[in-house]
Amino acid sequence: MPWWAWPLALFLVCFVLGMLAVPAGIGGGVLFVPIVSGFFPFHLDFVRGAGLLVALASALAAGPSLLRAGLADLRLALPLALMASLGAIAGAFLGLALPTAWVETALGVTILCIAAVMWRHRQSEYPDVARPDPLGAALRISGVFHDSAAGREVAWRVHRTPLGIALFAGIGMLAGVFGLGAGWANVPALNLVMGVPLKVSAGTSGIILGIADSAAAWIYIHNGALLAMVAAPSVIGMMLGAFIGTRLLQRLNASAIRRLVVVLLLLAGVRALAKGMGWGS
Amino acid sequence: MGVVNREEGGVKAGRSPEQLLYARVLDWGMKAGLAILIAGFAAYLAGALPVQVPLEELPRLWALPAGDALRESGAAAGWNPAAMLDRGDALALAGIVFLAGVSVPCLLLLGLAYAARRDWGYLVITVALAGILTLAASGVLVAH
Repeated sequence: MPWWAWPLALFLVCFVLGMLAVPAGIGGGVLFVPIVSGFFPFHLDFVRGAGLLVALASALAAGPSLLRAGLADLRLALPLALMASLGAIAGAFLGLALPTAWVETALGVTILCIAAVMWRHRQSEYPDVARPDPLGAALRISGVFHDSAAGREVAWRVHRTPLGIALFAGIGMLAGVFGLGAGWANVPALNLVMGVPLKVSAGTSGIILGIADSAAAWIYIHNGALLAMVAAPSVIGMMLGAFIGTRLLQRLNASAIRRLVVVLLLLAGVRALAKGMGWGS
Repeated sequence: MGVVNREEGGVKAGRSPEQLLYARVLDWGMKAGLAILIAGFAAYLAGALPVQVPLEELPRLWALPAGDALRESGAAAGWNPAAMLDRGDALALAGIVFLAGVSVPCLLLLGLAYAARRDWGYLVITVALAGILTLAASGVLVAH
């Protein structure tokens, strides 16, 4: 195979992943790292560096319109992004210091857990927050958004803010260790733990990701874990795919796409686990 | 909690002036970063500038751990603005560096907006975030 076939294949795979990610309601990073590390010849260090950038670019692309539409909230995002960034930096150092086989094995287990979480898909459209907690109230984390599907304004506020902040430090660490975007964990933490409506959770997750992943990405960049020939086709392919995926959103069966993504995650998770454990090598 | 009319909710709508300012700067930065990424990578592939590692040698490097690849190639880790102007492989990373850094000016402008509103708590949070990202971008934190 000529050398250029791999970056070309990477671009095409990322284009398809970008198309799938939008209807499946996930960031591209969670698919990118296990699939590319499992089936391409690139070392896991470069895949994780590129994975953070893929997730970062997708989050930055979606952020402005979500903020303008009120589907993402800065007052909610900023304190959580602060903790997630600290966790992501610590995670990046940890991930680069650990032996590759350990990270590969842990990645396999994590991806299989993510597939299980996605399969159960237990989320609440409008969680019930009987009383905001003192920290959430002091930070004035609340808002109103227009739910166009329901055709009405929805007011929201948060509870369990200290627990949410602690969780985001852990989520950031996982993102840094594995180079995964963390939307798969951000949304349940915001929605099920803090009581944020599902749509605002998904939008705000992107804003948190855009900040925390950049913190971890710098650590990878300064450790040399960034190759233009891996990162650039990945980011460009994923962005173009997401652009098409957004337009296909109305035509595709979102739940079928979501099941396909779960199957892809299972395959990639098993592959990562097998590589990490040295099975079949 | 749940579904209410805007008037009944007694809470502010989610689109504060600060949020719109952040969205505007982020939008500009994201588009500029992507344009720089595509142009820089195209120039790299076209061979517009000399490169430190010939393209056909990349498969040997991309299979190695990052530290070993750095040693083999003799390249420096991190980003160097001067190298981006005269080396194709460094230029190809300019868009990535731009995208990774775009949140810092957004946060600094947001901090100014919070300061003008005397929202001291969020001023501290935004300045702390901008400081952490700047520290990470500077390379000071990198382990040896």
